[in-house]
Amino acid sequence: MTLPKPKGLYHPDFERDSCGVALVAQLGGGPSTDVLSKALEALGRMAHRGAVGADAGTGDGAGVLLQIPHGLYAAWAEARGLALPEPGRYAVATCFLPRDAPARRASEGALERASRHYGLVPLGWRDVEVDERALGASARASRPAVRQLFVACHDGDGLARTLLLARKRAARLAAPADFYVASFSARTVVYKGLLRAERVGAFYPELADPRVATRFAVVHARFSTNTFPSWARAQPLRGLAHNGEINTLRGNLAWMRAREGRFDVAGPFRDRGEDLLPVLEPGGSDSAALDNAVELLVAAGVPVARALMMLVPAATEGRGVPREVREFYEYHARLTEPWDGPAALCFTDGRLAGAALDRNGLRPLRYCRTEGGLVVVASEAGAVDLGGARVVARGRLGPGGILLVDPEKGLLLCDDEVKAPLAAERPYGRLVEATRARLVPPPAPEGAPAAPAPAGSPSTPAAPAPAGAAGAPAAPAARTPAAGDELLSRLRLFGYTHEDVTLVLAPMAQGGEEPVGSMGADVALAALSEKPQLLFRYFKQHFAQVTNPPIDPVREASVLSLRTFLGPELAWFEGCVGKSLELEQPVLTPEALDALAHVDRPGWRVETLEALFEPGDDPGRALGAALEGLVASACRAVARGAQIVVLSDRDAGPGRAPLPSLLAVGAVHHGLVRAGLRSLASLVVDAGDAREVAHLALLVGYGASALCPRLAFDAIDDLAARGALGAVDAGKARQNYVKALTKGLAKVIAKMGVSTLAGYQGAQVFEAVGLDGALVDRYFEGTPSRLGGVGLGEIALDAARRFRDAFDQGPAEARLPPGGLHYFRVEGERHLWTPEGVASLQRSVRLGDQDAYDRFAAAINDPGDHPTTLRGLWALAPAGPPLAPERVEPVASLFRRFATGAMSFGSISREAHETLALAMNRAGGRSNSGEGGEDEARYVPGPDGSSRRSAIKQVASGRFGVTAHYLVNADELQIKIAQGAKPGEGGQLPGHKVDRVIARVRHSVPGVTLISPPPHHDIYSIEDLAQLIFDLKRVNPRARVSVKLVAEAGVGAVAAGVAKAGADAILISGHDGGTGAAPLSSIHHAGLPWELGLAEAHQVLVLNGLRGRVRLQVDGQLRTGRDVVIAALLGAEEFGFATAPLVAVGCVLMRKCHLNTCPVGIATQDPALRRRFEGTPEHVLRYFGFVAEEARAWLARLGLAGIDEAVGRVDLLRRREGLGPRASRLDTAPLLTPPDAPPGAASRLCEGQPPPAPGADLALVDDAREALEGRGPVRLRRRIGNVDRAYGTALSGEVARRHGPSGLPDDTIAVELEGCAGQSFGAFLARGVTLSLEGEANDYVGKGLSGGVIALRLKPGEPEGHAIAGNTLLYGATSGRAFLRGRAGERFAVRNSGASAVVEGVGDHGCEYMTGGAVAVLGPVGHNFGAGMSGGVAYLLRDALPEADRARCLHSDALAGLDESLDEADARRLGDLLREHALRTDSPAARRLLEGWPAAAARFVKIVPPEYRRALEADHATVPPEPDPAARFEPEPPARPEPTTLPLVGSAPGVRKLHEVARG
Amino acid sequence: MGDPRGFLRLGRSKAPARPVEERLRDFSEFEATPPEATLRDQAARCMDCGIPFCHRGCPLGNLIPEWNDAVYRGDLPAARAALEATNNFPEITGRVCPAPCEASCVLSLHEAPVTIKDVERFIADGTPELLPRRLPPRTGRRVAVVGSGPAGLAAAQELARRGHDVTVFERDRQPGGLLRYGIPDFKLDKGVLDRRLDQLRAEGVTFVTGADVGASPRGDELRRSFDALVLCAGAGRPRDLEVPGRDLAGVHFAMPFLTEQNRRVAGEGPAPGGPLWAEGKHVIIIGGGDTGSDCLGTSLRQGALSVQQLELMPAPPLRRLPENPWPEWPLVLRTSSSHEEGGERQFAIQTLGFVGDERGHVTGLRARRLDQQSGEDAGEIVLPCDLALIAAGFVGVEPLPLWAQLGLEPDARGRLVADPHGRTPEPGIFAAGDATRGASLVVWAIAEGRRVAESVDGYLRATQTDAPARQVSERPGAPG
Repeated sequence: MTLPKPKGLYHPDFERDSCGVALVAQLGGGPSTDVLSKALEALGRMAHRGAVGADAGTGDGAGVLLQIPHGLYAAWAEARGLALPEPGRYAVATCFLPRDAPARRASEGALERASRHYGLVPLGWRDVEVDERALGASARASRPAVRQLFVACHDGDGLARTLLLARKRAARLAAPADFYVASFSARTVVYKGLLRAERVGAFYPELADPRVATRFAVVHARFSTNTFPSWARAQPLRGLAHNGEINTLRGNLAWMRAREGRFDVAGPFRDRGEDLLPVLEPGGSDSAALDNAVELLVAAGVPVARALMMLVPAATEGRGVPREVREFYEYHARLTEPWDGPAALCFTDGRLAGAALDRNGLRPLRYCRTEGGLVVVASEAGAVDLGGARVVARGRLGPGGILLVDPEKGLLLCDDEVKAPLAAERPYGRLVEATRARLVPPPAPEGAPAAPAPAGSPSTPAAPAPAGAAGAPAAPAARTPAAGDELLSRLRLFGYTHEDVTLVLAPMAQGGEEPVGSMGADVALAALSEKPQLLFRYFKQHFAQVTNPPIDPVREASVLSLRTFLGPELAWFEGCVGKSLELEQPVLTPEALDALAHVDRPGWRVETLEALFEPGDDPGRALGAALEGLVASACRAVARGAQIVVLSDRDAGPGRAPLPSLLAVGAVHHGLVRAGLRSLASLVVDAGDAREVAHLALLVGYGASALCPRLAFDAIDDLAARGALGAVDAGKARQNYVKALTKGLAKVIAKMGVSTLAGYQGAQVFEAVGLDGALVDRYFEGTPSRLGGVGLGEIALDAARRFRDAFDQGPAEARLPPGGLHYFRVEGERHLWTPEGVASLQRSVRLGDQDAYDRFAAAINDPGDHPTTLRGLWALAPAGPPLAPERVEPVASLFRRFATGAMSFGSISREAHETLALAMNRAGGRSNSGEGGEDEARYVPGPDGSSRRSAIKQVASGRFGVTAHYLVNADELQIKIAQGAKPGEGGQLPGHKVDRVIARVRHSVPGVTLISPPPHHDIYSIEDLAQLIFDLKRVNPRARVSVKLVAEAGVGAVAAGVAKAGADAILISGHDGGTGAAPLSSIHHAGLPWELGLAEAHQVLVLNGLRGRVRLQVDGQLRTGRDVVIAALLGAEEFGFATAPLVAVGCVLMRKCHLNTCPVGIATQDPALRRRFEGTPEHVLRYFGFVAEEARAWLARLGLAGIDEAVGRVDLLRRREGLGPRASRLDTAPLLTPPDAPPGAASRLCEGQPPPAPGADLALVDDAREALEGRGPVRLRRRIGNVDRAYGTALSGEVARRHGPSGLPDDTIAVELEGCAGQSFGAFLARGVTLSLEGEANDYVGKGLSGGVIALRLKPGEPEGHAIAGNTLLYGATSGRAFLRGRAGERFAVRNSGASAVVEGVGDHGCEYMTGGAVAVLGPVGHNFGAGMSGGVAYLLRDALPEADRARCLHSDALAGLDESLDEADARRLGDLLREHALRTDSPAARRLLEGWPAAAARFVKIVPPEYRRALEADHATVPPEPDPAARFEPEPPARPEPTTLPLVGSAPGVRKLHEVARG
Repeated sequence: MGDPRGFLRLGRSKAPARPVEERLRDFSEFEATPPEATLRDQAARCMDCGIPFCHRGCPLGNLIPEWNDAVYRGDLPAARAALEATNNFPEITGRVCPAPCEASCVLSLHEAPVTIKDVERFIADGTPELLPRRLPPRTGRRVAVVGSGPAGLAAAQELARRGHDVTVFERDRQPGGLLRYGIPDFKLDKGVLDRRLDQLRAEGVTFVTGADVGASPRGDELRRSFDALVLCAGAGRPRDLEVPGRDLAGVHFAMPFLTEQNRRVAGEGPAPGGPLWAEGKHVIIIGGGDTGSDCLGTSLRQGALSVQQLELMPAPPLRRLPENPWPEWPLVLRTSSSHEEGGERQFAIQTLGFVGDERGHVTGLRARRLDQQSGEDAGEIVLPCDLALIAAGFVGVEPLPLWAQLGLEPDARGRLVADPHGRTPEPGIFAAGDATRGASLVVWAIAEGRRVAESVDGYLRATQTDAPARQVSERPGAPG
């Protein structure tokens, strides 16, 4: 019943799941069977959102939560001669128990005893009838016995609490593996299991019993990342069903644990700690933990809606939230950190049921209410067939929205109707104000700084340490030489390098931005370096990929908050306000830190503890003792009443060395948690070693509330004083630095998909690489550190070495060590790319010099006792006698396994891009288009047969140039989830780099900035990825679909999910790869070496029986044949290379890709520099030839005939002898542990994926054959349901394949539809195809629209102005038109670059990242409209956007382009759009406007981004008059397939003109 | 990096040389320091490469991008700190180094490299006086350095800066070795050297000149009185030419010729005239290297009638050949400042012998011209010759009794045997510079001197027995 134990790199903690949810309720009337059957129907119709495991019959889990069917149970009891009490006077525990009788009886006994302990009277056990035939093989094998215990109880307020305690007591008494209570309630019961969504009813036949009636039902279909039989993880849980993921889980677990001590002391659970704790049941999923937390609150008497609002708060910043509601949230923010997710939740307390979305609203929830009072809330519209019932309300939940149903009272309450009464329950605003604390500057010292305070004295700020030994005060601006030396010593003491100052601090202080680097990281892992390392360097941050989305911290700043609250957190049930001091962000200047002690609040008490130690003879022991001492002091301080504990190393000096600040924070945080004191005080760090964004993120991530990077401020003062910051003075420099730090921090937390600092704090979303397990368990408990590594001893030695260098130097060094972390330096950190390496490789490919290649390869393959990488730790052991070289897989076959990395045309020059493509096509390998489209001219082979077409076409978050035509011209479609250098981040191609050619290929306008968002806006969850894979396979069934992931702990689970989502190949990228620009903190602090990620992915896929379905690919600083062979041994079948082929064509690792100054013409668009490009396809081919031959030689030596034989053979990897002391502390055994594969499980690709689900849409291709073959238009009428997904996409692929980018004339294939369309309706719809739907549609309508036309209108008689489609419509559309008579959800027309659309209302983030096209909104506009919008035009109704709401609804990007009046051309263009809208959808709103046209144009405002306007003006491409709209419907001459023609943008003539200009 | 686009905006501009006719009249340095503005521009051309290939060229690992940036920003103290962090004598390498760093500068891929050497010299000369560094507490350990060339001096300075007592033994009258007696003054003004020697003395280095180590003091005496020995005796044994007429008067090795002129300039040598004086003579220099080139410039300044420099190898190409790609050292024809001044260079000439007059004095040089491509005989020639200078390279250390006294034996190529850390087979005896490496560049000598100092320091710390344990907590406070 449980997940496998951790083994190798697999750990059950990494598992993820997601799914579809629904709530069905009947308002008024009694319980009915109809509600249940509709709920089960919804499950069946959302089956595509769930998943099936390795055997087709076993689903990931599904179930239903309903009210207790008293009729059924009473009849059962009667038959047994039992008298069941009245409803409400008994409770039912539905249990999963062992089928083996003795074990079962033991568990049952435990529950009975626990019930009696709490005064509940067991009445008897009931067998729940199940039908095994509904199960798959694996589910059948693991099926538990499902039995229900009936207990008599008293109805009353405390009942929920009693049942909770009894259940938890029983769990404590029973063996955890044998006992799971699915529900224990007097009101509800849960029927669930490891089922396919549509088989819940079949497995539980009694659900069809007419006596099973309920007023509401909650259902859930699960998509998990594994195939392990886990019945307990199925949902609904006891009170809720969750679609999404809780990103902040680690923090939530820690903080809940921190406050648990208080529950036993006071409140409703007083003296019940023994049974209650831990509140969050171990081994549960993130959803289960949230369920536990909600259950705790509800059991304590908190109304369920308030519990949800408290734990999953809405964003209130800058929104039109009523004051009371805002204050409600402010109050609760001081009480608890949020549970941040993507989360769509259906919940119930047994009487009320409801649904809620998290603050980002990244999961869909659609609802409708019929005239008859049936309410359906579901992940998809159309999940329930309403049988023609009239719909009176139709809508969707917005971000932070909540909906509540009271079936008995017949009420449906939406958002404010729920929130307002709860917010009015108590005077939350007054409560917050009454306890609010403020920072007050400390009294200014007279003249010289005050004397240092006695160490550790409470509430007294330690004054700044005297600047020189003599104690002479020195102002930063007028440093004496002695002061300079003092600074130098301190910088050396805290491990500063020259690079830290010049490459990190100076750019931050000068420009207020985090510094940017290029070309990834090829430096030794911290654990493998001989230089003293800062502890920070061992940690790598996690990031969101696939199972949850990263967030855009810039464009979606409105949901992001860096607010931090300081002070004690008061207990949940004691009714007072906690954390009274609020800071906008967590970076403190030294002055602000001093002010902390002067907060004007009674009882406020600050204690400063010295984080120092004396290294002495045994630094390791001294460090350990100092840490324990620090923890003890902190515990004493908090016990004495300290509310703020400051850990300070400011008094470090000749006598005492500083503790690494991260170690101090981790130790004190965990020490206080263990002591039950953590929630009583906040931690503040006053640290000399923290300087970068990553450091700040780590300190906060491990529990600090605020940080003063004191020494960095000193260094910046010094830089300013020396004039090294240009015109920026010290004051401004400090501001800039704080700004850069906080912006960077926002980016880091957003990368994880977390949107509040409160949720990030203590969340420990990191993995340690190269730290000793015992050390991590003690000070960073819960952090994965899978390789072991250095311990306190080595950390202390590093600290001691810095200490000695600072105060006891040998040759008096007047400067800092060079560093060499980012750039190569002779004395710096070791890099894999060295001057010799580049020189040898270039020599080898230019002259065909095998010796030079051998020198290059030898330096990497045989690093002696100083390995830089994990693979450097291994030697290869033969599997058998060596083979003759000719028996090994030939070079040509190996070439087919090679690919070049994704580099966009735009990031690298056309010359470089095409050289790689020519080479790979010639050799039979594959080059990658990268993100940015591809020039169609490249699809046509040259006269000599050479081809410049990229075999791999990337589908990245920006979707630039991703048209149907682009997609059909690919052998492989690669969905880029993340990239090694900056996983979880987006990108940006600044306008000045977008020249005509790039703009054309990206379907954009020259000079307009192009933003790639951090997430794919159609992948917020694993089932979304499955949908995109489905879409891509529909449009191009011949291409294989691959998914690019970046190595991180848990990537195996993600890979398993991706395999279940239908991908044909999974690419694992290492952290060190990357050819583009990225923030330095991302390059060095996110992602893992590919060895770890690849090994984990392979192990978990094998373990799940999924390995045979997918190819594994790997990339990230692969260079040599040995690298290839090692990758194969760890599980890879295909291999990607990026940097090395670039070096072959001339790259010299300038790491200036972001500056457009590449001196060898590769990473630049400057024509003068591009002329310097000297690379040829031969260079690339020679390089791959050398690699292939070297790989063959290794294979021969190993006795393996080819890569297939090598895949997964970790038994051939041995630890190298004679490693250095640090390297030998790394234990790579977890990588080399074969998984416990089920018998017969495949260990490499052998079966492939089953074909994608068939669907009605495929028939369209046949039905439209006449039109496809150019024999005239076709008219079709069809019905459609929500299970019909990607409708029209397969047809569009055919159109693009046959007719090229320009498709067919408009309306050549017109399909009239009725019903509710499934997701991705009209995705990549090609020109010539028109879909007209009467009914409604779900998410992703018109995704990648490529010239087609989509029209949506409501069924006749339904109210106007309601939701008609879901979220993320027209994402990445390049051309075509869409008309929606109704409202759309979030992110309408996101990243649209050429489509035109009319819609009658949009949710939040409308027109986000739009770069072209036109959008008219005839109704309300949500928040954050036009964020990141750099092109295109939006027309908004003035009435729907009152002056007062503009700042709130429009993002500053849109405000900048706001134009109050439309000119004549606009009026014509908008009029044309409205006419077509009226024509196609019969929209009354459009008709009304057109009646008064063109005068009614004055009712609109327009938004044209200034950059776009300038670009258009610069090209003299004013918008010409539109052709008469009537003309548009006239048949056009048949389109000629014309490969060089561009897909024209249907109704953006200005853009079209530009294209023409560009082409001419 | 100061100006990311500097290299696109600005071209290379080398330090100006004095006019030939002017500089031939004296032995002063031929090159002038360019104005600061020029150098700031040149520094701005540095691209601050992710992999600074200049590092590959320079054995010192000079932090070239750092000091270029500092010069660009006008922060000379920072530039100097960066420069002196890796190079003990930048004012010397800034004059005499052939600048392999410039050859491997990334800019030289497509255009002319940054004038790294000029910038280095500018930074080094920008210090009016070389203040001694603040020294750590003395260790009381004694080290003898034999030889005061660039390797010996670098080793001595680094050891002194690590707190050891260093004595340098020099056979000549003044310390400096090759720097003082080998390199002509028109390339390196000896005042530059003296200034640096003053710094060494101020940092506690003791110089014993006129010391013929091996005779007095003897090797065993040194071993007794010092905790460690560093042998930096150079590779002073010239390669001879075994041809008929070699013993004629007027046929000399190059080095005595150069040394005599340097002594003359320093006021310690003989007056003009004598056998090693080129005035009015047809001078032939055998050997196309740097020593030969120095002989050329010196001969011209002395007033030779004609000067010819003969090279056995064919003339190298003017540009890199494809098989000699960047960033490898370019095997191309190099024209030194002396070549600009006059004389004639001939390639593919094999010296067959000397012819002399009845007095036994050389009058001509008999040679065979070789075909530049095939290397085949292209006919014999006889060139008039009154003074022949053999500059055919060096073949290892001079044969000294000291080696045997210390239990060392030079290898087949005449070099002292030492591991990469400069440790000889004899414990406590170290060697560095040309003595172990064979004749090479000054930068290599400095680099080896620094490296050997580090390993001597390690040796001394490891062999420390009676000294009290160095308690970090007892150390004095932050210096200042």
